[in-house]
Amino acid sequence: MTITPEQIAITAGLAKLKIDGDEAIEVAKRIGAILELVDQMQAVDTSNVEPMANSLDAVQRLRVDAAIQPENPIDVRDTLQQIAPATEDGLYLVPKVID
Amino acid sequence: MQWETVIGLEVHVQLSTQSKIFSGSSTAFGAAPNTQADVVDLALPGTLPVANLQAFKSAIMFGLAIDAEIGKESVFERKNYFYPDLPKGYQTTQLEKPIVGLGYISIPTAVEGEIKQVRIHHAHLEEDAGKSLHEDFHGMTGIDLNRAGTPLIEIVSEPDMRSSAEAIAFLKKVHAIVTYLGISDGDMSQGSLRCDANVSIRPMGEEKLGTRTEIKNLNSFRFIERAIHVEVDRQIDLLESGGVIKQETRLYDSDKNETRSMRSKEEANDYRYFPCPDLLPVIIDDQTIEELRAIMPELPEQKLQRFQEQFSLSAYDASILTEQRSIAEFFETATTHCGDAKLSANWVMGELSGYLNKHDLTIEQSPVSAEQLGALIGRIKDNTISGKIAKQVFEAMCSNEGSADEIIEAKGLKQVSDSGAIEAMVDEVINNSPDQVAQYRAAEPDKRKKLIGFFVGQIMKASKGQANPGQVNQILAKKLNA
Amino acid sequence: MKPLHELTIAEIQLLLQQKQFSSREITGHFLDRIAQQNSIYNCYISVDNDGALNAADAADKAIATGANGPLLGVPFAHKDIFCTQGVKTTCGSKMLDNFIPPYDATVVAKMKAEGAVMLGKTNMDEFAMGSSNETSYFGSVKNPWDLETVPGGSSGGSAAAVAARLAPAATGTDTGGSIRQPAALCGITGLKPTYGRVSRYGMIAFASSLDQAGPMTRTAEDAAILLNSMSGFDAKDSTCTDIAVPDYTATLNQSIKGLKIGIPKEYFDERLDATMAATVQTALAELEKLGAILVDIELPNSALSVPAYYVIAPAEASSNLSRFDGVRYGYRCDNPKDLEDLYTRTRTEGFGEEVKRRILVGAYALSAGYYDAYYRKAQQVRRLIKQDFVSAFEKVDIIAGPTSPSPAFKFGEKGDDPVAMYLEDIYTIAVNLAGLPAMSLPAGTMNNMPVGLQLVGNYFAEQQLLNTAHQFQTVTDWHHQSPVTE
Repeated sequence: MTITPEQIAITAGLAKLKIDGDEAIEVAKRIGAILELVDQMQAVDTSNVEPMANSLDAVQRLRVDAAIQPENPIDVRDTLQQIAPATEDGLYLVPKVID
Repeated sequence: MQWETVIGLEVHVQLSTQSKIFSGSSTAFGAAPNTQADVVDLALPGTLPVANLQAFKSAIMFGLAIDAEIGKESVFERKNYFYPDLPKGYQTTQLEKPIVGLGYISIPTAVEGEIKQVRIHHAHLEEDAGKSLHEDFHGMTGIDLNRAGTPLIEIVSEPDMRSSAEAIAFLKKVHAIVTYLGISDGDMSQGSLRCDANVSIRPMGEEKLGTRTEIKNLNSFRFIERAIHVEVDRQIDLLESGGVIKQETRLYDSDKNETRSMRSKEEANDYRYFPCPDLLPVIIDDQTIEELRAIMPELPEQKLQRFQEQFSLSAYDASILTEQRSIAEFFETATTHCGDAKLSANWVMGELSGYLNKHDLTIEQSPVSAEQLGALIGRIKDNTISGKIAKQVFEAMCSNEGSADEIIEAKGLKQVSDSGAIEAMVDEVINNSPDQVAQYRAAEPDKRKKLIGFFVGQIMKASKGQANPGQVNQILAKKLNA
Repeated sequence: MKPLHELTIAEIQLLLQQKQFSSREITGHFLDRIAQQNSIYNCYISVDNDGALNAADAADKAIATGANGPLLGVPFAHKDIFCTQGVKTTCGSKMLDNFIPPYDATVVAKMKAEGAVMLGKTNMDEFAMGSSNETSYFGSVKNPWDLETVPGGSSGGSAAAVAARLAPAATGTDTGGSIRQPAALCGITGLKPTYGRVSRYGMIAFASSLDQAGPMTRTAEDAAILLNSMSGFDAKDSTCTDIAVPDYTATLNQSIKGLKIGIPKEYFDERLDATMAATVQTALAELEKLGAILVDIELPNSALSVPAYYVIAPAEASSNLSRFDGVRYGYRCDNPKDLEDLYTRTRTEGFGEEVKRRILVGAYALSAGYYDAYYRKAQQVRRLIKQDFVSAFEKVDIIAGPTSPSPAFKFGEKGDDPVAMYLEDIYTIAVNLAGLPAMSLPAGTMNNMPVGLQLVGNYFAEQQLLNTAHQFQTVTDWHHQSPVTE
């Protein structure tokens, strides 16, 4: 299967990446080659095969419901926010969100 | 043209677990911003979700309550999109294999006594998002992730409702079920129960569904009702003026009482769902289901039935009293304390709910407890006070002046049942009202009943309402008819 | 005594106990070597001098009071994919160039608890996406055997550090061959455990259903020592199994007489260079001499592993890497004009080309209309690949073959053809899709460059793998060969 530069631009938009113009043409070429490789799968009949999401076909272990309350939640928050690019009054800041 | 309204609801119910669905952070409401968001909730690189067993148990109990198929294999999927209140860049939710399958919720219709089954397409577990605070931070938006990861069940109905009244009845029923089960506090003011409404209209008699719009994030019964009304009106106006309905997401603006298109949701979205590789399939065995079935509390419908049978309440009274678990329990406790279900029902639905409404209180905030109200009603039943005096005592109880007995004692409100004293009062009134006595005696027996009211009134006035009305009537009749 | 940097973990531990030298001495020795030589190989992104010396002093104190432990006071390096509290963790990306984790990965915490001394964080392909270490934001790592060639990837920094004797051992992670292939190309021993054997908590995710951490060491014995420490149940990772962890060192000396080793014909077809094939055959003959029985087997769907992998891994990665949005940590673009601009510029500027390429492939494979043809199909093919192995393991105990199709290649040799690079992992990827444990062992040379022998075990059969590898290493000395003279 091939992919067009337009599809590249749309998919990039979904992933919040900017790839357009000449770059999209170039990327489309390379990704087209990857898709060609991937398309080798299509030759196999898998109609009766259950998809496998986990190699061990394991099931999930659930956690007992218990809240962990830090002794000083404000301190913990402030530590976690030291690595944040922009915060104020304990909030993470982003450019204005318009609904 | 006659239009028919078609409504389907998506109800988000926050589960009242201690910790979040995938992390150990507390779910308590109202903490300082981001103090209940740990490294998992913040989606720090390398962190992993571990699902909360109680969230599954709660969802299964809901499924059992609506006679639904329980998903024996339940799978979490990732719904991928970017939004600042969604730290991982995807919401962990369920799509192909939800925990609760097809079920039913019955609601009353506009026709008295008629019940309607609303089909539940499915209900699934998912995580709540954080909150965006739009107050001005120098033109920026502040993000609080305390709510991010709070467990939700999303209940998706089929488009089976035909009026806003049915939609409200449905929501009230969902509210009743989840609070009866104790899986949610159902507190709409804190966002514990929120609703999106899919609304469309079609010519009456038409089978094909019209194009629907989705109204987002409705968080009070009043707003839901109003939002549906204005949206239906908008759709009718649009169609009747030759326009077309666009399938879109709309936001209800309660200030302007209108719905408007949400631009942010209009961008082409492709959520790229796929099974979450960090969360393996959850297998629910029959034993777990049976254990939960065994501990299911009484549900609204069962309680309604029982109230009618055990307390001889009317269907109407029983349905009002069982709408909320807390009210039903209040009523039942009061009844146990006074031994008179009919009186309790009248008091809970009358004086008590009147007082609570007037002061905008929930039953949990009632200044008079069920036990205290039961004690008050007990004093009516044993003739210590009359119903009228009881209202006075109730007011005083609401002002924290003490228990019923203390107030009756302190204010000297005990009913006068001493027949000698009542006779004296009766004699005095008869002696002071010769005209009325003559009129009474001249009247036909069937008119007398009405005329006796004058004398009763005079006596009650003289006794400051404390004379036992039964005795007053009896003595009066004897003397006047003599 | 050998120079300190030529010692294995097992030897260091013994000599520390005998007080032949202190942890501070050997830690200082490695820190000095790193200071002098890291610029040659570029195998470390961060070196934690103070932290290492403090940990060494603490270990020395503990040893002085009679404490003992297989890793107590032993220096090593972590791949820069593991979150280390207070120590920068970049994952080889500009996106995390400023990221100092406020918590430790479970693997990090376990090794810390045993008193191991972390020297620093090793270089890697960006977000572990690469087979040559050329995608690292911090520059590529040089193969100590030939500075013109790649060390392999993505754990190329760890492999090169061990080969260059800038660490006695290191941790790595393996999503499609990222431990085994660089181990092969740098002439060291690497083990990818069974999926779920080692906790993934705190290990920055590439493809969650494939990622697994493991040891990169000089010898199989050291791999066993490290695996003992790294593996085991973790309540923070619900894909981590609670199967008991055996002592992997306890069975190293068992005889492998009668061990059935399957040789898949698909791994020795025309695509494998004849010299490579001969080198691997010679190694297999050594195993035969030890009493193993070689059995021809088939893995008919193995050719599909690269296609299936290049759907599943990018799909999971595209979602896993969505959290890098410039809001809570990591890189954020300058002066975003609105929310869209914040997201798009942060991610476009913060990710390198290969990472963006894989995100795109993944997002495309998951997008509406393509899901069934790509993602679902790949998950079905994945089951077929697993079934191949399950059938094979009904007949044999271990499967053996080459780790990579060729020895280390030159920088830029694969050009900008991603598919050529992807085929580098043709022998390693199926193992990740099936979730099996596998090792790469130094097994010879070709044109003076190391060649790796891959051993694949059954689920949770790491003991048997390590036993076989150790036995091989008792009769060969490829693992002792060193590219460095000083």
